[in-house]
Amino acid sequence: MAKGHIVTSSSADTTDTLTADLPEYPMARAAGCPFDPPPTLRKVQSEHQIARVRIWDGSSPWLVTGYDNVRNLLSDPRLSTDGTKPSFPHQSALTKARRGEPTPFGTDDPEHARQRRTVSAAFAIKHVEAMRPAIQRIVDDQIDTMLAGPNPVDFVDAFALPVPSLVICNMLGVPYSDHHFFESRTKLLLTRAGTPERSAQAARELITHLEQLVDDKLANPADDVVSSLAKRVAAGEITRDQAARLSVTLLIGGHETTANMISLGTLALLQHPEQLDRVRENSENPAIIGSAVEELLRWLSVPHSGRRRVALEDIEIGGVEIRAGESVILANDIANRDPAVFADPDHLDIDRNPRKQIAFGFGVHQCLGQSLARVELQVVYSTLYRRVPTLRLATDLDQIPFKHDGILYGVYAMPITW
Amino acid sequence: MKVTIDADKCVSAGQCVLSAPDIFDQREDDGVVALLTDTPPQDRLDQVHEAASLCPARVIQLVD
Repeated sequence: MAKGHIVTSSSADTTDTLTADLPEYPMARAAGCPFDPPPTLRKVQSEHQIARVRIWDGSSPWLVTGYDNVRNLLSDPRLSTDGTKPSFPHQSALTKARRGEPTPFGTDDPEHARQRRTVSAAFAIKHVEAMRPAIQRIVDDQIDTMLAGPNPVDFVDAFALPVPSLVICNMLGVPYSDHHFFESRTKLLLTRAGTPERSAQAARELITHLEQLVDDKLANPADDVVSSLAKRVAAGEITRDQAARLSVTLLIGGHETTANMISLGTLALLQHPEQLDRVRENSENPAIIGSAVEELLRWLSVPHSGRRRVALEDIEIGGVEIRAGESVILANDIANRDPAVFADPDHLDIDRNPRKQIAFGFGVHQCLGQSLARVELQVVYSTLYRRVPTLRLATDLDQIPFKHDGILYGVYAMPITW
Repeated sequence: MKVTIDADKCVSAGQCVLSAPDIFDQREDDGVVALLTDTPPQDRLDQVHEAASLCPARVIQLVD
């Protein structure tokens, strides 16, 4: 049964014949509107909430776009994140090529929970708050370095990437001198462009590198996360391979996501000078800075290509029956712009404090590093614009290369001046 | 109102501590939720409701 181009029945016979007419996902943003959700994505949300779409491999997963349904399904154990399941809706041929490489993202409970608990202590609120002074120093030093360097400069290179890389290196015990190595490999893993061979090679290189670090930490333990994982390897709780994969996940999750929020958040505020002024004038007000962070997380929704799942059982939701074995994409980005939950959702309002936003996901896979990310972003947003009040773009907005092909949204480069 | 938690299901996201720091804490060894009190005072009930609704693993139950 079809409504327009969008199939709302799960009948296999019907969907096969209509697959070619389904909207393609991910959808393109409108030219000149880098902060607005793709128009077709919004249309799906306003018309159907749950509808079939077509992805790169020709398959037709369910796309879920309404906030309540996305949130409920993200915490539903009847959906699996296991990328080795036959119908799993991979992001691209590149991520499909790596499906045999188990990651905590792609592992279901109880094994996921067991692995998560081996590193969760380090991300507890108290631990992360204890890091705040060190994060403040890293941010201040990086601003000093940037101001002493060339002007104009690429903001991603000079500030947005080094800050979270330094923080996560510090926490994990990864030498910061490795940053070109892991940043370049991460870039290969998080783009849909490129070849499966290069992407798989980048993943292997990262794992091998971190396995060596686990060995080093076993011989010379320090007060860091990789050392604590090495101890668990020695105790037989996890394998060396698992320790390396967990470390890689934390390393990638710890720098690339936050870097995108720093650059994109700064760009968004530069485009909304009245909001930027309010952030700057309230640098000493933790409630307003905290609210600004939540709102930028909601409004930007850096993870813009959906959480990917496979149904393990039949699930009835939103008038649709998702059958066991069918693939599902939970679009938390458009869910964060759901007008039923967030009034005037496209308006950036740093006083909104949308604690319900789901940029970090929801359910058991919700971002483990979210507290660290919050503290980093609070420190950055409360320091950078106060210390560099003349900060501005050194090019036109339409010259900025956005990560349209990225699994995470952001900018590849952003020339700034002051 | 009484608060109960199912610590086995906790994923250490820390949302409860951010919402209601007087009521919830995290264990030192794994960041799993620990209750500071199971009977929150009247002026903390809004925070506890927020903690329960934001918990990604739905660990927190409130009983009248």
